[in-house]
Amino acid sequence: MLQYPNIITTPDIEITELRRLTELLRQKYNYDFSNYAMSSFKRRIQRVLELYRIPTIDGLIRRVNDEPGFIKEFISEITVNVTEMFRDPSFWREVRDKVIPNILLNNNHVSIWHAGCSSGEEVFSMTIMLREMGILDRCKIVATDIDADILAKAKAGVIPIKNMELNQKNYIRFQGAHSLEKYYKEEGGKAIMDKTLVENVSWREHNLVDCTPFSKFDIILCRNVMIYFNQQLQNQVLKMFHESLFKYGYLIIGSKESLIWCEVANRFIVVNNEEKVYKKVKD
Amino acid sequence: MNPVQNTNQYKAIVIGGSAGSFQVINKILNGLPTDFELPIIMCLHRLKHVRQGFVEALNLKSSITVEEPDDKEPIRKGKIYLAPANYHMLVELGNSFALSTDEMVNHSRPSIDLTLESAAYVYKNKLIGILLSGANKDGALGMKKIKDWGGLTIVQDPAECMIDTMPTSAMKVTQIDHVWPVQKILQFLLEVHKQNKKISPLMSK
Repeated sequence: MLQYPNIITTPDIEITELRRLTELLRQKYNYDFSNYAMSSFKRRIQRVLELYRIPTIDGLIRRVNDEPGFIKEFISEITVNVTEMFRDPSFWREVRDKVIPNILLNNNHVSIWHAGCSSGEEVFSMTIMLREMGILDRCKIVATDIDADILAKAKAGVIPIKNMELNQKNYIRFQGAHSLEKYYKEEGGKAIMDKTLVENVSWREHNLVDCTPFSKFDIILCRNVMIYFNQQLQNQVLKMFHESLFKYGYLIIGSKESLIWCEVANRFIVVNNEEKVYKKVKD
Repeated sequence: MNPVQNTNQYKAIVIGGSAGSFQVINKILNGLPTDFELPIIMCLHRLKHVRQGFVEALNLKSSITVEEPDDKEPIRKGKIYLAPANYHMLVELGNSFALSTDEMVNHSRPSIDLTLESAAYVYKNKLIGILLSGANKDGALGMKKIKDWGGLTIVQDPAECMIDTMPTSAMKVTQIDHVWPVQKILQFLLEVHKQNKKISPLMSK
């Protein structure tokens, strides 16, 4: 019999254990993860166990319970904050060349909600684009996230310089008017974004899971956020987005997300199926 | 021992591959009958920022249309799925896909380990895992999970691989049931297909 080295992998987490954890988070801290997609949520938990060298989920449950200060860190680690500027350049061209001009046909102002804005790369992409279109001062932008720490980071507009190579490449493929370097200066291994870009952005802590609408918008961007939810929760959030859009407003989701399976699908039409741009046509 | 005994127990096939696996995949997809029943879930390393072209290239030769699933798309019989560019593709309980944009794993997104691991958890001993030619160790731990959950593990014979790091890494961390050249892997899949038809002729209806 062949012997295999004792590979250290985190033990598989049982669904019942996950439920115990989500129950505690809900009751004690009012964060509801019970309708997150099991496979990716389980993976995030496994990652937290590895990161903090906690050997079992029991240990994690104890820590969450006993150390109220740990919850902020936990929320930061559990939410996914991988993002890039101008991700899917062809999508950004669509927004610049079709979506925004269309809204401006009937409105003088454009209101935009970045739902789940993470470290702010998309917000900066948007404001750079709007400035190049010469309409940034006519736009009202709200950016929200569940994670207060990441919002603070987004607001500060500091991006690791190693990410800028990819951001730069995306910007070129987006066919921006200048060079991305125009919008930041390098300092101590970081890219410090031009703050005037986001001086009119309102950053707010908001948990999509609570499904509480707070305003109405012409555009809602929520790309690759709902992929972490199960279908039931996606449905609820999409209903809230529908409510939060003006009639003929645009909902934009990630390139591999779909409205097909959701209940409000028939109140939207597909504007661009490749870039997942939808338009609300029914209240 | 006949390796194809009780093949009707299987519910899905996962395939991982990287450098040097494109021709191999083509050969397998080209050799399958159009009514091949088990869903095939493929995670192949690909350029992160090129969304189009890969699935089209595979479809030139495949007897069944390969699709890149959307998030939460149900996994259906008779379908072949490919992990989309720049997303991890996970199998979710309840037999659907869950995509994620999590950190890269083994420098890859999509990562083979993640697809294999999540499929192993959902399908347990009803899963066939196949790992092909590739230049890094992504997929090795995923194959281990498949084995640990009682699934069947197959790697392409390293002697035949253009780059054998991927199958040999898997062989180092877990028991591999079959080390086969691609022709043999294809034959096996055809045998699985035949058994499925014989045992449950109504299944596909």
